[in-house]
Amino acid sequence: MKRVVITGAGTINALGHNVPETLAAMREGRCGIGQLEFRDVERLSIQIGGQIKGFEAEGHFNRQQMTLYDRFTQFALIAAREAITQSGLEFSGDLANRAGVVLGTAGGGVSTWDDNYRAVYEEGKNRVHPFVVPKLMMNAAASHVSMEYNLRGPSFTVSTACASSNHAMAQAFQMVRSGMSPAMITGGSESMLCFGGIKAWEGLRVMSRDACRPFSANRNGMVQGEGAGIFVFEEYEHARARGADIMAEVAGYAMSSDAADIVMPSKQGASRAIAGALRDAGIPADKVGYINAHGTGTAANDKTECAAVADVFGRHADKLMISSTKSMHGHLIGATGAVELLACIMALRDGIIAPTIGYEEFDPECALDVVPNEAREVSVDVALSNAFAFGGLNAVLALRRI
Amino acid sequence: MSIQDRVIAIIAEQAVLEPSDVTPDSTLEELGIDSLGLVESIFAIEEAFDITIPFNANEPAKSDFDISSVATIVAGIEKLVAEQDKS
Repeated sequence: MKRVVITGAGTINALGHNVPETLAAMREGRCGIGQLEFRDVERLSIQIGGQIKGFEAEGHFNRQQMTLYDRFTQFALIAAREAITQSGLEFSGDLANRAGVVLGTAGGGVSTWDDNYRAVYEEGKNRVHPFVVPKLMMNAAASHVSMEYNLRGPSFTVSTACASSNHAMAQAFQMVRSGMSPAMITGGSESMLCFGGIKAWEGLRVMSRDACRPFSANRNGMVQGEGAGIFVFEEYEHARARGADIMAEVAGYAMSSDAADIVMPSKQGASRAIAGALRDAGIPADKVGYINAHGTGTAANDKTECAAVADVFGRHADKLMISSTKSMHGHLIGATGAVELLACIMALRDGIIAPTIGYEEFDPECALDVVPNEAREVSVDVALSNAFAFGGLNAVLALRRI
Repeated sequence: MSIQDRVIAIIAEQAVLEPSDVTPDSTLEELGIDSLGLVESIFAIEEAFDITIPFNANEPAKSDFDISSVATIVAGIEKLVAEQDKS
């Protein structure tokens, strides 16, 4: 089996329009959540989110591209550009034929559905633009990344709600580790911050009206975010041979299914995924220094996740750090694991642990070191990234310092 | 603006050309308009004239709408606009 390393990272999210801005915000414990701004927002009972501000498609794409790209595709392309530029890879010949792109998204082109339903239902129009389908399809982002960078190998989209990008990165990892591909572009992208997108979520009554406060006793729900995180996963010897800058090693992963409830999380499902990732990576539990939690800020997730961590790590659970950066960038649904992987990379490479901000009250059901409110400087050798989705589908990645 | 001028303006915009570069005998292929560009042009023309063009992208040749040149497209649209005015 081959070793797999990360040689490029890119993002756009509520904390920043690239990786350095995002990591700086995480270090400072800055909150990217604020008042949502879009059409009909006044008709929503939930009006906050981690919306990307100051982003204009005009500077990045030409007119033809803008008619063809939903916001979730735009985010993916911007993040992919940063990641691939950093990696220094150019895709041609055999490398191009074997390299592909596996991305996660839960909703695809949600605002394209929303805009066009509005046009035909509310405004009574009987004709929609011919690009509606190519814009909204779940694989649009992955396809446009493949076209932009000449990636001719295996490419597809993974959709497992809040675990989409972790499942996607697990697939890409597997392809590089098995020797099937020397390099894969992977991660996820999401853009559900529009009237219909938030209205649908309101129905579940799991959203907070004021803030995302993971692990805090007074937490009252999740807050949505948007954006993309994209990485270059590359075979270790391939990266070394060309002198690439290696950010971290992806050491293993595991996936599990609760097979229990469509929305309620399960401790057993989560524990099996965490323990499975350690086993797959060949890493003893007591070597884990940091876990980027799924940490949604809902009552159910946070206590279940803490119980799962306590189960897997035993006494070591009190020594490791676990934080939820969703408190800062919101829950990016199908892209969330990708943006959160950046916090794991920062922990391993820079020795800086991103905090859980908005933490106000101790909860005995979340009695772990959640790195409350302020980042910490601690050298860490192994980090995990948790994702536990609606539908009971779990995926955990294990990263190692290199 | 005549129907022909309006159609040429739409096609020129789609082809990223000046309207003066689009003549009645130009074909869409010559203008660099691909299949997706064609359906987008048809959409824009339908919106501009508030008509429905009987065009099926699966079988362009069998459609009741001749797209072999700018002139045939204009003629087809003139017919549709006239029919609409009558009704």
